[in-house]
Amino acid sequence: MDIFIQQLINGLVLGSMYALVALGYTMVYGIINLINFAHGEVLMVGALVSWTVVTLLESSGIPGWALLLLSLLAAMVVCASLNFLIEKLAYRPLRSAPRLAPLITAMGMSLLLQTLAMILWKPDYKPYPILLPDDPIEILGATTNMVQILIVLTTAVTLCLLMLLINGTRLGRAMRATAENPRVAQLMGVRPDHVISATFIIGAVLAALAGVMWAANYGSVQHTMGFLPGLKAFTAAVFGGIGNLPGAMVGGVSLGIIEAMGAGYIGDLTGGVLGSHYQDIFAFAVLILVLTLRPQGLLGERVSDRA
Amino acid sequence: MSWFRVRTGATGGSEPAELLQVSGVSKRFGGVQALSEVALSIHPGEIHGLIGPNGAGKTTFFNVITGLVPADHGRFVLAGRPYEPKLVHKVAAAGIARTFQNIRLFADMTVLDNVRVGRHVRTKVSWWHAVLRSPVFKREEAEIRRDALALLDFVGLAARARQTAHTLSYGDQRRLEIARALATEPRLLALDEPAAGMNATEKLQLRELIERIRAQGRAVLLIEHDVKLVMGLCDRVTVLDQGRLIAQGTPAQVQRDPAVILAYLGTGAVQEAGA
Amino acid sequence: MTRSKLIIFVLAAVLLAVLPFVVLPLGQAWVRILDTALIYILLALGLNIVVGYAGLLDLGYVAFYAVGAYLFALLASPHLAETFPAVAQAFPQGLHLPFWALIPLGAGVAAIFGVLLGAPTLKLRGDYLAIVTLGFGEIVRVFLNNLDAPVNITNGPKGVGSIDPLRVFGVNLGETWEVAGLSLPSVTLYYYVFLALVVVAVIISLRLQDSRLGRAWMAIREDELAAKAMGLNTRNLKLLAFGLGAAFGGVGGVLFASFQGFVSPESFTLHESVLMVAMVVLGGLGHVPGVILGAFLLAALPEVLRHVATPLQAMTDGRLDPAILRQLMIALAMIGIMLKRPRGLWPAPRHESASPSAAGSKA
Repeated sequence: MDIFIQQLINGLVLGSMYALVALGYTMVYGIINLINFAHGEVLMVGALVSWTVVTLLESSGIPGWALLLLSLLAAMVVCASLNFLIEKLAYRPLRSAPRLAPLITAMGMSLLLQTLAMILWKPDYKPYPILLPDDPIEILGATTNMVQILIVLTTAVTLCLLMLLINGTRLGRAMRATAENPRVAQLMGVRPDHVISATFIIGAVLAALAGVMWAANYGSVQHTMGFLPGLKAFTAAVFGGIGNLPGAMVGGVSLGIIEAMGAGYIGDLTGGVLGSHYQDIFAFAVLILVLTLRPQGLLGERVSDRA
Repeated sequence: MSWFRVRTGATGGSEPAELLQVSGVSKRFGGVQALSEVALSIHPGEIHGLIGPNGAGKTTFFNVITGLVPADHGRFVLAGRPYEPKLVHKVAAAGIARTFQNIRLFADMTVLDNVRVGRHVRTKVSWWHAVLRSPVFKREEAEIRRDALALLDFVGLAARARQTAHTLSYGDQRRLEIARALATEPRLLALDEPAAGMNATEKLQLRELIERIRAQGRAVLLIEHDVKLVMGLCDRVTVLDQGRLIAQGTPAQVQRDPAVILAYLGTGAVQEAGA
Repeated sequence: MTRSKLIIFVLAAVLLAVLPFVVLPLGQAWVRILDTALIYILLALGLNIVVGYAGLLDLGYVAFYAVGAYLFALLASPHLAETFPAVAQAFPQGLHLPFWALIPLGAGVAAIFGVLLGAPTLKLRGDYLAIVTLGFGEIVRVFLNNLDAPVNITNGPKGVGSIDPLRVFGVNLGETWEVAGLSLPSVTLYYYVFLALVVVAVIISLRLQDSRLGRAWMAIREDELAAKAMGLNTRNLKLLAFGLGAAFGGVGGVLFASFQGFVSPESFTLHESVLMVAMVVLGGLGHVPGVILGAFLLAALPEVLRHVATPLQAMTDGRLDPAILRQLMIALAMIGIMLKRPRGLWPAPRHESASPSAAGSKA
């Protein structure tokens, strides 16, 4: 019980970031049936861009929180443009190609982004400056800090805004219509290309946000940092029900908590046989279990009707 | 090709009276009772039509007896033996082969290969024989090829054997689907709207093909919307409306049945017909 | 076989037979590239059965490769004898299982893993299958990385070394062999053994393709429901695909372990699985010549470029080192080839007819 609250908080923080990235995956999959393998790399680019901005302006006297916001803005702009371009140049031409082609392209894109990042930013791990007060804050016997609390709060707010966008705006309606039945949506005057671009842009913004959060929380950035979280976020999206936005949120947060709890307790649970190094595969263990018992995910999947 | 004629007396003794006997079939989807206590029987070697207004439950019933959709209740007997339509591939092995409303061919495979796949369930040589290219393998492969070509000839597609399936015209694709289903040596061939999208000439050719299939001793069950085709072709017809069986009999009987007229045309038509 | 095909065949056979001698003067490293390429071709052929024939998107194929490699590593190296006194007692000369036993063993154990890992995926839709198999690949790697405690089976991240080289018909492939006036270095010996196994794999693949089983797999790939409706037991057929495909992977792993003399979890990452899938898709899904081409290109070309790219490294202030260049090349190849040729560089030939297709063409 001593580590329960601590792991719960860790899980919530981790899960928030997973949720943000999972949303990007699930929205894209719901609309064009593509697992965008390169999405985790968008998180990485967001983090690295933010690092660059912060490092450049570090000695300019701008207060930490403003630096953070500025760099976040920069990250969002860069990531949105990047994702928009990627979709337009690499995925759009393959919309009617055999099913595996866009998947390979996406995997190639993921590798390309990682390699380019390695070239641009060099392979070493870079420390992310501390921009917000990092004094420990005590909650119910566990330790957290400003960054973590902000992560959870910001995610919550962002999710609400996203739901507002999806359910209350014209764009949101167009996105939902295209996700359900692209052909009919088109007949109703929705331009699928615009909707798809918008989806990629929104996903990128969320991933950039997650990237900056990740950098601020774990204190370091590097070109491989997006791969594994991206993968886990996708399993979270499947876990919650692919194509289902609330599902991605629930899946993301749940996965974060499961991972944190698992890492914390696995030693006790297995009598010391398995240590917390196995943390990385919890996501997959969960995924396999869920898909075996409930193939449509927790909240049910929502994929477009392509009949 | 002795198998090309349908095996008779397979149950050891006299042929059962009914080829397919289905009763008490019910299925509910969420709030909708798609099928209520539907019963149907098909005589060996008959062409049996399944008709009804839209939403009557025809396709659901079809999917139930071929194992695609599990029924809530029902008794299913094929050639005297009860069968559980739970596993789709077992239904085919038992002797019911079907086609699909929206034609499900193996699009990227050749016409010949599509039919050869149909022979899979009636052939048995294992993969290691294939790897070793044993005489047993070669013999069976030759048989498969021969039988498949014969089937293509039967439906009139022999000239197109080498073509990729998706390059065929719509009518030819339908015929290929039928040939593939026939390759499984079914006792009952279940056709889901085979005439959909066909013009008058194609429908005539289809009708002629189905009659030739019946001449082989196979029974045919078909869902169709083209009433004229059904009435001209079928020996007996079953009519469904809103998940219920409302009439069963010869086309002539069914056509005069007031319940049927009511279902299709409404009360005004009944009075007219009665007059 | 037609005359022209026969001529091409003979020419290819001759070329393949003398290739190591032609390349050797350029340096042993180049023959080594050929050897590595051959292993990848073997792996790609195995994956082709799963992805190409049966249409099962397996992104965790590296697991079977790893199983074969570690199996050989453990049964033909000092590791187990050093770690467990019981083993050392039972095998005083150490564990050195012979080639002819380990190839089938590697194939068999990998096949069992193939069935085990494939079984939970049977009801999953294409993309979910991909993620779950990916997960399995990662799980295997993490276990390999961590099974050094509490009992040291795999030696964790340190890997297992001092693995025996292959011994075929009394010839030790790890040393130069003097025969018939020729002096054949180790890399060349491995080349011929690998080539022989690849040829066997090609023959098996082609024979499976043109058989009842091959057609059944392709039917499942095209339309699983229709396949079931024609009486195909798709569950068993899929498991068979997983098993047979994995067997190839296991053999590849055995070859790799003996060739490299050392295995560690680092060699069996997700990147490897992705690379293998790329080889199959880029080459031409389900088409053996295409798959060989794809595997060869993605395995050998980056290595070749690596060797000639050192000037580039100097130019870009050390940022563009050979490993990065290789990665860049593979990434660009994956994207570029898919955009230009979505069906692969050398896909299976299609038989169109003169008449245009009506409705029913695959979207």
